[in-house]
Amino acid sequence: MTPSAIELAVSADDRRIARLAALAIGLTLAEAALPSPIPGIKPGLANIVILLVLLQYGWRAAAWVSALRLLGGGILFGTLFAPGFWLATAGALASLGVLALAQHLPARHFGPVSLSVLAAFGHIGGQLALAAGWLLPGSAISNLLPLFAGAALIFGATNGILTARLLASDTSTKVSPE
Amino acid sequence: MMLRAGDIGVLLAGAGAVAALAVSAWSGGAGDTVVIRAAGKVVETATLARARTFAVPGPLGTTQVEIAPGRARVAADPSPRQLCVKQGWLSRAGEAALCLPNQVSVEIRGRDPAYDTLGY
Repeated sequence: MTPSAIELAVSADDRRIARLAALAIGLTLAEAALPSPIPGIKPGLANIVILLVLLQYGWRAAAWVSALRLLGGGILFGTLFAPGFWLATAGALASLGVLALAQHLPARHFGPVSLSVLAAFGHIGGQLALAAGWLLPGSAISNLLPLFAGAALIFGATNGILTARLLASDTSTKVSPE
Repeated sequence: MMLRAGDIGVLLAGAGAVAALAVSAWSGGAGDTVVIRAAGKVVETATLARARTFAVPGPLGTTQVEIAPGRARVAADPSPRQLCVKQGWLSRAGEAALCLPNQVSVEIRGRDPAYDTLGY
């Protein structure tokens, strides 16, 4: 009996998701080099990619890119399955959950900025909920809540405007033309 | 068009939420009573309504607590690092200065103190 090679069919979708996830991981790595006054407050540049994917290829693709980014980022930082990884996962899950609802908002009135701000709040909410419930129960996290929420508002709005500009500057071509 | 009508609404709502969080998390409410303890026992409970000073004895010497309208501070303390003195004026409910070496603490209480214990 000859050994049979297992062929995994790779679709164009898979390649696109992989490429976009690589882009998101790249942004995550680049962002880690930026100094931050408080651990946990980051611009979240990779969320621009997630948002673009959501608006162009739908929620499923965005969830894939987000999951691959978490996994890839975890491996590259060496924090896979460490507390920081779970915090990021909780944030990403909450943010994707918010986006799943928010994408049904009428697009005439709610653009990328709305999605980005809501996702940013979801992100920080998921992270802080896990931090308060599991990592640092009973600590004074609630005192930092306004700080984190303010950062989410500012960075969410910034990322949303960047996303809107990217979409407007190039509506004919997609993020990664095949 | 970068911002649509709903976006502005979301931004305003977000700003409102941040402001509400800041108010609820950071303003413990103005205190109106000061509780002074020495070696764990309450030695004085005074209103913040008028200025006074207290001399509280401790194992190292005397801690001077100064009360001014609406606020209180540890004015002088024999502890070596002067941490509680450097904390300065306390005015919000829940704020406290601890002079551990001299076993004196100054705590501000608000009008509606959070429950320490409930018994039935």
